[in-house]
Amino acid sequence: MSLVVLMPRTQTRTFPARYESLAAIDRFVAAAAEEASFDECTVYQVELAVDEACSNIIEHAYGGEGSGTIECSYRIQDEELTVILRDQGQPFDPETVPEPNLSANIQERTGGGLGLYMIRQIMDEVNFDFESEAGNVLTMVKRKKHSMR
Amino acid sequence: MEIATREFKRCAVIEVSGRIDSATAPQLAAVLHDYTDKGQYNLVLDMSDVDFISSAGLRVLIDTQKTCERLNRGRLVLADVPEPICEAFDLAGFVALFDFYDEVVEAVGTF
Repeated sequence: MSLVVLMPRTQTRTFPARYESLAAIDRFVAAAAEEASFDECTVYQVELAVDEACSNIIEHAYGGEGSGTIECSYRIQDEELTVILRDQGQPFDPETVPEPNLSANIQERTGGGLGLYMIRQIMDEVNFDFESEAGNVLTMVKRKKHSMR
Repeated sequence: MEIATREFKRCAVIEVSGRIDSATAPQLAAVLHDYTDKGQYNLVLDMSDVDFISSAGLRVLIDTQKTCERLNRGRLVLADVPEPICEAFDLAGFVALFDFYDEVVEAVGTF
């Protein structure tokens, strides 16, 4: 058994790039976060970060539903969960997304940029890459012992 | 996601259960719009059975709050919000935009 525990655990699954897939993607990642022994709030936050990332892929990379797939992989090792999302949509440049104004008066709030902001707040590492062969590759890492605040 | 509604003398209570994400947020928006279109701007969202809410859901709540608070005619308040969701609201800078109540009955009583 101890040998199994020391090995990195990985799994990959591909989902249609549709909003209806979000619940299944979230369950897939939440199970991984639970396997990594994260607490309830951290499991929820990892699920949230992945949901936001997949929603952005569908909306921005593919420009809507039904245009492709999202490949979701995870790897658990040394109390660290790495989630990798791959899509074949338009290259995504996170620099073009404005930061949300969190202190703004409600009448000035738009809710835009909130997803990416939350992903960065939640995950310890967030890397966007575009490869001509692989398409967009988003790598996110969450470490167990990291305190968010 | 499932939605049930209850109407009181001074407000309406919207009970949501399940996931509020990009797939389901439009359904919630439609229910909330129905109330504001009818002139009911005092709304309580009962979140006790909500498992998950993404920024798509948060945008619906922001838009509804904007409509309700205009001309000081009302407000959307949140009741019985599960702890993981509370933390995510905090992360999104959401806490200052809404009044939070532990119990639905307490929220209803403020109108």
